Amino acid sequence: MEQARNDHVLVDTDEVLLEIRDLKTHFFMDQGVVHALEGVDFTVNRGQTIGLVGESGCGKSVTARSILSIVPPPGRVVQGEILFHRAPTADRPGETVDMAQLNPKGSLARSIRGGDISMVFQEPMTSLSPVHTIGAQIIEAISLHRDCSQEEATEITVEMLRRVNLPQPEGVLKRYPHELSGGMRQRVMIAMALSCQPSLLIADEPTTALDVTTQAQILTLMQELQEEFGMAIIFITHDLGVIAQMVDYVVVMYLGEVVEMADVNSIFYDPKHPYTRSLLHSIPKLGRKSVEGLTSRLTAIHGVVPDPYSIPKGCPYHPRCHDAVRGVCDTDNPTLHTLPGDHKVRCVLYDD
Amino acid sequence: MSQQEIAWIDRTPDIPEGPPLLEESVAEDEKLFVASYLQLMWWRFIKHRMAVIAGIIFIVLYFIVALCEWVAPYLPETSFIQYQLSTPSRIRWVHEGRLQRPFVYGIKTERDSETLKKIYTEDKEVVYPVRFFVRTEEYEAWGLWSTDRHLFGIDAPIEERSLGVVQGQGLFILGTDRIGRDLFSRIVYGARVSLTIGLVSVIISLVLGLILGGISGYYGGTLDNAIQRLIEFIRSIPEIPLIMALAAALPIDMDIIVRYFMVTVLLAFVGWTGLARVVRGRFLSLREEDFVMAARFSGSSEIRIILRHMMPSFMSHIIASLTLAVPGMILSETGLSFIGLGLRAPAISWGVLLQEAQNLRSVALAPWLLLPGAAVVISVLAFNFLGDGIRDAADPYA
Amino acid sequence: MLLYIIRRILFMIPTLAAISILSFAIIQLPPGDFLTSYAAQLAQEGDLVDEEELEALAQRYGLGQPVYVQYWKWIKGIATKGDWGQSMEWQKPVAELIWERLALTVVLSMSALLVSWFIAIPIGVYSATNQYSILDYSMTAFSFIGLGVPGFLLALIILYLAHSQLNMNVGGLFSEEYMLAPWSWAKIMDMLAHIWVPMFIVAISSTAGNIRITRANLLDELNKPYVETARAKGVKETKLIWKYPVRVAMNPFFSTVGWSLASLISGTTLVAMVLSLQTTGPMLLRSLTAQDMYLAGTFLFMLSTLTIIGTLISDVLLAIVDPRIRLEQ
Repeated sequence: MEQARNDHVLVDTDEVLLEIRDLKTHFFMDQGVVHALEGVDFTVNRGQTIGLVGESGCGKSVTARSILSIVPPPGRVVQGEILFHRAPTADRPGETVDMAQLNPKGSLARSIRGGDISMVFQEPMTSLSPVHTIGAQIIEAISLHRDCSQEEATEITVEMLRRVNLPQPEGVLKRYPHELSGGMRQRVMIAMALSCQPSLLIADEPTTALDVTTQAQILTLMQELQEEFGMAIIFITHDLGVIAQMVDYVVVMYLGEVVEMADVNSIFYDPKHPYTRSLLHSIPKLGRKSVEGLTSRLTAIHGVVPDPYSIPKGCPYHPRCHDAVRGVCDTDNPTLHTLPGDHKVRCVLYDD
Repeated sequence: MSQQEIAWIDRTPDIPEGPPLLEESVAEDEKLFVASYLQLMWWRFIKHRMAVIAGIIFIVLYFIVALCEWVAPYLPETSFIQYQLSTPSRIRWVHEGRLQRPFVYGIKTERDSETLKKIYTEDKEVVYPVRFFVRTEEYEAWGLWSTDRHLFGIDAPIEERSLGVVQGQGLFILGTDRIGRDLFSRIVYGARVSLTIGLVSVIISLVLGLILGGISGYYGGTLDNAIQRLIEFIRSIPEIPLIMALAAALPIDMDIIVRYFMVTVLLAFVGWTGLARVVRGRFLSLREEDFVMAARFSGSSEIRIILRHMMPSFMSHIIASLTLAVPGMILSETGLSFIGLGLRAPAISWGVLLQEAQNLRSVALAPWLLLPGAAVVISVLAFNFLGDGIRDAADPYA
Repeated sequence: MLLYIIRRILFMIPTLAAISILSFAIIQLPPGDFLTSYAAQLAQEGDLVDEEELEALAQRYGLGQPVYVQYWKWIKGIATKGDWGQSMEWQKPVAELIWERLALTVVLSMSALLVSWFIAIPIGVYSATNQYSILDYSMTAFSFIGLGVPGFLLALIILYLAHSQLNMNVGGLFSEEYMLAPWSWAKIMDMLAHIWVPMFIVAISSTAGNIRITRANLLDELNKPYVETARAKGVKETKLIWKYPVRVAMNPFFSTVGWSLASLISGTTLVAMVLSLQTTGPMLLRSLTAQDMYLAGTFLFMLSTLTIIGTLISDVLLAIVDPRIRLEQ
């Protein structure tokens, strides 16, 4: 653990950790092909926290699973690159691995999974095996990726459980998941995910299933741990409050595409894409006033995410968009424009 | 939440209310996806190929049940006295090198000089064409009118010697039994008993299951506990020995029809527990559903909630469970009659027919006596596939 | 844990009482009491009817007294003296007749249960993890045949095939010379040589069901988040499947051992008649047709008790393998 503490000092946040280029993941269903991801591009630097935002079904979780190469069948990464820059260790030099090209069941993919990139899932209630003890599940992760004895693995586990502020970590070791509360289980998940000191942690809506107080505790814990371990985090959520609190850089997704990305301040103070704007407006907020000084109404985004088998032609957002231009938005899907300040947006409104 | 958030909200440009500009393009697309529940079920069902085949077999089987007198070429008791344990007649297409309409040869009887057993061979001199809608034996159709048309048969002269005993040759597509009765005709008549007994006893157990399972799942508490204990109790007694013990108590000289009903009731009495558990499980989960709660708050009566709100949402599951319960009943009846405790000759069911195949000697001599078993297997599989298909289709949104 | 077992055993008592009442009711089912038929049978066989003996029997079983007195005498006899009544067909106490047959039934059913699991679990796991593969389809087809062909029919067919193709008799549990011999090492070996045919016949029908259950349960479990967690940890796929979802999918199996024992005993009954095995089935049938009711009632009572004990064992097993159940106690 001492080593871990020293690690974070060395993190160079300008160094690229993960590059995703033109990633397409499709699901080959009986009823047709679902284009879950239609060309996703973004980059994660070492130690950086990225937020992945969007409604349900827009491809956030599929992106996460594609990075780990655990896309459930009948889904498959069909195109693109997921370049992961692995840091050098004592045994091997640094290397760049394209996760999209790896055999998902092969040993290299498995050693990166859980070792270099780990994941915390949404459902702490069901994400742990109900028939194995907490200890056994964390120790398994450690023994898979670290060269150590059973005793050492147990020690590390206890230390990790302590780090996530679980009381009596030795006792928790022998407990089963159903004996813990939701918040405690999510702490266990975090302990497990960080037990091998990954350089990237993917958190897929880690607080959605928790109550508000616990949410805040878990978020604070994750911030502390990031400072300590220095890993990069991809934070997947539809909760913009969480985004504002946690992340440096925001990627907004809609129907498998990145529609806007920029640093967190630009997204919140100067959103460009109509979807992002609607998203920001759909959050209830105390003390929010409209022009007349009365409390303004909450605006929901009109309509629902379209059926995955019948994505609208043109810009996929145009049927729900207040700024849509007939004859333009319903024919061609715009490309990603780069605006000043490295603010990227996919919308014709910003065409030159 | 942070200060940052409060700041950005006031700064973001306001969004116009009301529907977006190009809304109509969605509305049109959505029409395509409006399909009724039944339609969805049907679509899912016909995708299940085995279930569709099973469904067709099911229809054919019950068609035979309804019209067995017409489908069978002979009456089940007609004994072709010259042709005991005759091998199945081979239907041929080629006579003296020429292709022609299907026919059978005459049967020549010889005796093995050592064992004195009858040996049947084909007499290539005599040709009996197989025809549809032939007129042979007279029968009462549904007890209403009498006719002598049969679905198929041969035009061979038969002459009645004494009651039920005839001289002459018949078309024995599945061979004959010990006293020269056409096995195919007997299997067809047996279908009427075997296939209805399963259905009727399943319906009786459904009534029992619906009432007890429904009470159990809907009211819960002590009543539920008591009924669950009762179900556990019945299930802990091995089924076949229990039915055997109960059936053995039926008087031997009972009337065929009464015995049929008694056996049906027995099967239902032992078999209702499975359905009751399904019903209870459904009731338990539905009871917690919001729409049931909503109905209760709006003042619907309990009966109305059960019949109008809960029933429709588990009807399809019940039908699937019913279909899957029939094979068990058919198998129980067959097994029971096979060991002589269920229906007894002169009643005809597949189990009764299989009794003839009970000892090795007769099977070794006439393996076609096992064929009623094939009828059992086909119908059991048909029910299973059909039930599987319905069960999968019952959840079209899954 | 111990407390749980004790509680489960206490729970058994009312069930056992109910079963004893049912068995006794079945003993009482045929018209007339058994002494009259016994006397009639003795007379028919030309034996002298010993009035004194009849009187003693009537006294012993409370015949002629109200039903509940008869029941009480019957149950007291069982509990205190191990007296299960008198078989009038065999003219022996029931207790002398049943034990060997019950033991053989248990051996046959249990071994069929184990064989069926050993075949069904790997096949079910393969089918679920390689859904829609050729082997999955053929296994599904096989399991449907197992489902559609009743055990006794299968026994008939195998009996016929072995006779006509191999000229072999696969019926019976023992060779002729051991049939009536007392138990010895040689007799056990002889039984092992014979038992596998009925064992497989009985096992096949339940194997089919077990494959389907394993496959369906595992398919449910494979999509659970904890499997994904394990996969994200980098666990090897084969190890992952067997360690996590299979482990969880097996739990319902343990909880149904009791019921499957009941259905196996049912299945064995008919198969035993076709293959003329020295198990309970044929003797039960004979006692029922001969209205030898003490024997029949005892068999029913004992077979049900076996199932109840099976259920107890399966509940305890389930509590051992599933920590969630353990907590509920």
